[in-house]
Amino acid sequence: MLQTVIARLVSSLLVIVGSLALVFCIFYLLPGDPVLSMVDPTSVSPEVIENLRHQLGLDRPFHERLLTYFGDMLTGDFGRSLVGSDPVLPKILEQVPSTLLLTAASALVAVVVGVTLGVLSAVRKGGMIDLIARIVGLFGISMPTFWSGILLILIFSVQLRWLPSMGSEGWQTLILPSLALGFVGAGSIVRMVRGSMLDVLNEPFITTLRAKGLREPLIQYKHALRSALIPAITLIGMQIGDMLAGTVIIETVFSRQGIGRILADSIMAKDLPVVQGIVFFTAIVYVGINLLVDLSYAVIDPRIRRKGAR
Amino acid sequence: MKNSAASPETGLRRIWRGRLTRLTAQGQQDGRPVGKKALAVSRFRAADTLIVLAGLAVAFLIGCALFPSWIAPYSPTEMNTAAILQAPSAAHLFGTDYFGRDVFSLVVYGTRDSLLIGISSVIGGVLIGGTLGSIAGYVGGRLDTVIMRVMDVLLTIPGILLALTIAAALGPGLRNLVLAIAISSVPGYARVMRGQIMAIRSRGYIAASHALGAKPRHVLMQHVLPNSAAPLLVMATLGLGSSILAGAGLSFLGLGVLKEIPDWGALLSQGRGYLTVAWWICTFPGLAITVFVLSVNLIGDRWRDAVDPKRKGR
Repeated sequence: MLQTVIARLVSSLLVIVGSLALVFCIFYLLPGDPVLSMVDPTSVSPEVIENLRHQLGLDRPFHERLLTYFGDMLTGDFGRSLVGSDPVLPKILEQVPSTLLLTAASALVAVVVGVTLGVLSAVRKGGMIDLIARIVGLFGISMPTFWSGILLILIFSVQLRWLPSMGSEGWQTLILPSLALGFVGAGSIVRMVRGSMLDVLNEPFITTLRAKGLREPLIQYKHALRSALIPAITLIGMQIGDMLAGTVIIETVFSRQGIGRILADSIMAKDLPVVQGIVFFTAIVYVGINLLVDLSYAVIDPRIRRKGAR
Repeated sequence: MKNSAASPETGLRRIWRGRLTRLTAQGQQDGRPVGKKALAVSRFRAADTLIVLAGLAVAFLIGCALFPSWIAPYSPTEMNTAAILQAPSAAHLFGTDYFGRDVFSLVVYGTRDSLLIGISSVIGGVLIGGTLGSIAGYVGGRLDTVIMRVMDVLLTIPGILLALTIAAALGPGLRNLVLAIAISSVPGYARVMRGQIMAIRSRGYIAASHALGAKPRHVLMQHVLPNSAAPLLVMATLGLGSSILAGAGLSFLGLGVLKEIPDWGALLSQGRGYLTVAWWICTFPGLAITVFVLSVNLIGDRWRDAVDPKRKGR
């Protein structure tokens, strides 16, 4: 067990280093010139551009730049914002709680709705709940979050005036954004859980349990659900990462504070250090969630627990 | 039970088998005795109506993209100051926006860029991802490891964020947007293609072809690739939906194509400022996105079920 944990930790660290290099490559190797996006080349002299390039270290060789960049990031120096020139890391960290709260609330919506509907629809296949589950599944993956967010605002804020359409103060402001963001995740999860539950219910061991005379609810909710949840958990982990990334759109729609909102603003302002910092931060959280998912298999699936490292 | 015909069946075994069949049937069909064929037919018809509707919706929207002037009643740039922010009516099906432009015509003209972004990025993603996955799966060894580790790294950044980052680094514009969405979808296609190639590679007929003296290139092009393509194509159909959503999302955030005629995402973003006075400006472009993506997903789901025998009858 300990061996599994260590192996996973090491591979996660490697992946994080890889994603750090990826972010570096996106910003420094792609044909966009960061200096030209900072200043207008028609209004400043070439010397100014050259100076700026030197200041940012862009005239140094690639490997040197990559190493400096790695060193800076690992010591927590995410650079300074090009707008207002305040350090990037505190700026991000200040906004993290609000975004994590929204992500957690959305994940709750997605998991509760997704798993419940998915299981019920597989157990009562062809019934009313199955139809609802299929509709949620299909609309969940087909509706753009910004549109479902706007529809929620139109209905619950503009028409009914029940809930606020913007801001981040109080729990009321959390409801609509987490519904909009959670609905997408719920769609994928419903589809996955329904499918894997149907597969499991057709497996021979379920037939054996029925032959043994075990009561149907016990078969469905204890034995089948456990097996069906294993593939679903991978998806749930990925969905949480997607929801974290989705905050960039939802926080903009609901004018909420958070790293997603800063990211959207920084992209518009071409504030690359901030964009870079937020993308890297999200990658770390995403890898962390996937690590937890991997480790949770061992708890849920006795086959993996016994085998140790896999 | 498969080889029960070969082995002599004792009385006890026959009873046991009967019980098993009954129990399985009960679990599957909720105890109601429905003929398997009748069940399949009724499900087929209900599902088929939906597929036909989805196909019609896709065809209509492609028609809008190709010949917008035939369908739109007004020019998308025509500003009618006498008709500003009008609610939907017979004259303006989807109402008018702040400049007095007809929202229906804007949605119709916006179809072209929206679909173009989605379709080209799927083609790009499938070509790059499919090629990388084929190489990784067919060549194997160190090259496989290198390609797949790079894909793993690409997967550490959630799709929409990766597309957003690349689009931000490249700057606005149609080509850059397509490139960003295509790259962010590459790892998914590469993984599926690799898995598929590896599964096909170990089949008997591939070994037979090798044994007959066929060159690796011939085996790859004539046998492995054609037999591996179906899951990738199904995935591409379902991927078209997510690419359209990603394109609309990036456009909504202002990373889209800056043109006089906005695509659906940009149109929605423009309407956001008038949410309290004109619900229709945001509602209809979003509806267009949803209808298209929903239709494509329905078709993709159906196709996947047809290709994958495991999923039959779900």
